[in-house]
Amino acid sequence: MIDKPVNNRAWFFVLPVLGVVLFSSIIPVMTVVNYSVQDTMGANSFFWNGDQWFRDLLNPTTTIGARFNDALFRTLAFSLACLLIEVPLGIALALCAPRKGWAVGISLVVIALPMLIPWNVVGTIWQIFTREDIGLFGAALVGLGLHYNVTQEPISAWMTIVVIDVWHWTPLVILLSYAGLRAIPDAYYQAARIDGASRWAVFFNIELPKLQKVLVIAVLLRFMQTFMIYTEPFVVTGGGPGSATTFLSIDLDKIALGQVDLGNAAAMSLVYYLITLTVCWIFFTIMTQLERRGDV
Amino acid sequence: MTFVLDHIGFDVGGVRVIDDVCLTFQPASLNVLLGPTLAGKTTIMRLMAGLDQPTTGRLLHYGQDVTGTPVRKRSVAMVYQQFINYPSLTVYENIASPLRVAGVAKSQIDTRVREAARVLRLENLLQRMPGQLSGGQQQRTAIARALVKRAELVLLDEPLANLDYKLREELREELPRIFSHTGAILIYATTEPSEALLLAGSTVTLSQGRVTQFGPTAKVYREPAHIDAARVFSDPPLNELPIAKHNETIAVQQDRSLGRVNALSHLPDGTYCLAFRADAASIGPAATGELNFSGAVLVTEISGSESFIHVDVGIGTWVCLVSGVHDWAPGQTVTVNIDPTRVFIFDTSGQRVQANVVQGAEA
Amino acid sequence: MTSITLDRIAHAYGGKPRSESDYQLKPFQHVWEQGFAYALLGPSGCGKTTLLNIISGLVIPSEGRLLFGDKDVTHLPTEQRNIAQVFQFPVIYDTMTVAENLAFPLKNRRLAKPVIDRRVAEIAKMLDLSADLNRRARGLTADAKQKISLGRGLVRSDVSAVLFDEPLTVIDPALKWELRSKLKSVHRALDLLMIYVTHDQTEALTFADKVVVMNDGRAVQIGAPADLFYRPEHTFVGYFIGSPGMNFMPAAVKGDRADVAGFEVRLGAIYRDLSSDQSVQVGVRPEFVSATSGPGLPAQVRRVVDLGRKRLAHVTLGNHPLVVGIPREMEGVGDVVNISIDPANTHVYVADIRVQGTAP
Repeated sequence: MIDKPVNNRAWFFVLPVLGVVLFSSIIPVMTVVNYSVQDTMGANSFFWNGDQWFRDLLNPTTTIGARFNDALFRTLAFSLACLLIEVPLGIALALCAPRKGWAVGISLVVIALPMLIPWNVVGTIWQIFTREDIGLFGAALVGLGLHYNVTQEPISAWMTIVVIDVWHWTPLVILLSYAGLRAIPDAYYQAARIDGASRWAVFFNIELPKLQKVLVIAVLLRFMQTFMIYTEPFVVTGGGPGSATTFLSIDLDKIALGQVDLGNAAAMSLVYYLITLTVCWIFFTIMTQLERRGDV
Repeated sequence: MTFVLDHIGFDVGGVRVIDDVCLTFQPASLNVLLGPTLAGKTTIMRLMAGLDQPTTGRLLHYGQDVTGTPVRKRSVAMVYQQFINYPSLTVYENIASPLRVAGVAKSQIDTRVREAARVLRLENLLQRMPGQLSGGQQQRTAIARALVKRAELVLLDEPLANLDYKLREELREELPRIFSHTGAILIYATTEPSEALLLAGSTVTLSQGRVTQFGPTAKVYREPAHIDAARVFSDPPLNELPIAKHNETIAVQQDRSLGRVNALSHLPDGTYCLAFRADAASIGPAATGELNFSGAVLVTEISGSESFIHVDVGIGTWVCLVSGVHDWAPGQTVTVNIDPTRVFIFDTSGQRVQANVVQGAEA
Repeated sequence: MTSITLDRIAHAYGGKPRSESDYQLKPFQHVWEQGFAYALLGPSGCGKTTLLNIISGLVIPSEGRLLFGDKDVTHLPTEQRNIAQVFQFPVIYDTMTVAENLAFPLKNRRLAKPVIDRRVAEIAKMLDLSADLNRRARGLTADAKQKISLGRGLVRSDVSAVLFDEPLTVIDPALKWELRSKLKSVHRALDLLMIYVTHDQTEALTFADKVVVMNDGRAVQIGAPADLFYRPEHTFVGYFIGSPGMNFMPAAVKGDRADVAGFEVRLGAIYRDLSSDQSVQVGVRPEFVSATSGPGLPAQVRRVVDLGRKRLAHVTLGNHPLVVGIPREMEGVGDVVNISIDPANTHVYVADIRVQGTAP
């Protein structure tokens, strides 16, 4: 690697960023850590609580523990459902996308559109979309005879959030896969044709292996985002009906800002953060292993 | 103005990749770094340029220690195998870029760019973008950019490897001429012995990160000090024959004895490796000398006016050069006659025996 | 096992050529005979890869017909053409072992397992891959991977032609020899039609029974390696084949003499009076011009090149540059040297085409 020239004056350029990061990230995190090991009776009086919040949180028999457990389970199930739909769908649509000619530019823009919409607007769009009286989606499903009611049926609510996420974020998987597919040299396809390989064989033996790295990134990004999902369920279902769509982030919001139960909320957010960090680390290790194994 | 590598060593991940390299390059000289891929040619060039820091040893330029000097402060230019040009700049701007970075006066820039373009025959292409040029033209742009810098050290890392062989011939002829006026030290890395011979100058033979020999090219070719130097500097590959001398008779592996061989009679008893290049062997239907082996033809390779015959002589496969275009059928029995005046004898440690000490070897 | 015929094949990108220069491949007529090895040799952009792709089916020619035997296959898709292709870089299936890679084309054609296994073993033995059959293909060296690519083509017994597109490009120079010999021995063993595209003359001359020298979309000469060397029909062939290429000098030719820069050069045949034609050149390869200590034409020595096994001198005769050989016996070469030109290997070219003289 090239030895970069050492220029100490460059540090001055970094100071403003450092300041911003300090204010907006590090100091709040320190505060959260602070809250997570203390108890408060209000009016700024704090008592040291040690790791009691954490113990309660991770113990499924306590109320808070049970609640956390449920929310965690719900979020993981949601992530899994989204991944299982978005990744295959994304790859499939990437395979269909045109590779040459004028249609390429238009297709890519159309594909990218859902990602460009602000998240709460996505929520609002779908909130109206799913209403049985004036929403196309809702009315269509009810018209087909299905018991669809976003605000009252847990299954409807779940399904809707999953559909929203699929609509909103499959384009990311499509674009990543598309880029990965475009990087495959033509010679592979030509050789496969000469070998008489069927379309499936081409997919499994050429495209999928070559998409490995791209897919690891896509799965990581999607997992992280679905794990942290907040805006859409908040806008569309508010976490309901009951606690059907109360994912971890929404639950955290309720505890921290609704109940102002700072200790529990702080502990919960730290645990939440550590889970995300661990998953990232796992993916990172997988990616570097793939790099090290080298390319053909 | 000499450039010296003083006991340079380089480790990568705990592995010694470059080991104890000592070389002195004279100004206005053309030096070829010859070795197979992964021998360390690119690594040494990067160390000389300052892109990597050596783990041990020093680099001296003008007698000054420049080991710690960052590459930007050194007077060095580098040309790579993959024609590297700034894709969004025209040829003119590409050539001008090092001058702009160095803050050369505007009027000077134009003169120097045009002069470099003239030398590299790019005058008509100055307004084109690299993407519109052929491979040879792109590489000439990269060379022009190196030329215009008037650097004292010009490093060329297999610059012609990606070009058609005819284009390679032409550019190879031009290169020494292009840089000869600048007084720079030219270092040219290549895997092909014929390129080293065509460029002449001095050659450094590299094997696995070690310098096996350094000297005037023809001398390194004719008088290899070590079997590694001979191997690196042979194309087709060096033919080798392990022999053992005992009491006047020469024995070859597999219980074959050559009896007494006059040309080798002065050797002390012991095991040696007798090596010879393809042109030291002739092919005939019958034996015409002391060193002859019969074998079966494996394949004939034709290169212009010469043919390379691969013969399986039982103890190994040898490549022999025959002039003219022949196509000997595989399986045909022939006799390989080795010219005893053109063999090299290496002892078990790889050192050449019976040679006077090679001049210009590592200091 | 059939021959391939190119019947007035031509190709222009976009399909509507307005002039000669729009053609990628100018109209081409040739029959590739079964069992022969052909090389398509030429500089970048000469159209050799286009021609190869037309034969393999990756490009549909804009004009002309392609026949495999008697069958018109011009528009037939690649997979139905019974050809195998080896590309510039190794194309292998990463997820499979070597054996699985080799078996792949046969599995797709639904052959019985014992048949497949036997064929795979046969081809692996021929290519020295038997030891690696159960290894992951991904971890092998570039030349082993190229052998696998080749093996995948050879493993099908219905293959009538194997096409190579500069297959040795990514191979380490030290291993090129081995792979070249291997290709040649495979050809001898299998009696297939093989077409090999390259810009390296050694590869072409070694591999092929007949070489098609191409330039600028056109076949300039088709002939055996020896013919291309000893009797180039076109100045381009003289220039491209041989390292260094043929020496060309403008001359006034009449009878069996040529006037080159005031010097008289003997020719090996008798020609009609070409002294007034401006485009006449005399061509002779450096292998047939040498410095001599005896009588000869005086030439100024510019530079001596020592190639190890031979030495060459760059000289000028009058003001024409020439490359001549220096015999081994000649120790040193001064500033002026006498050169002798072998008349039997001196050719006369008018407007770049060789003219045949009558025997003396």
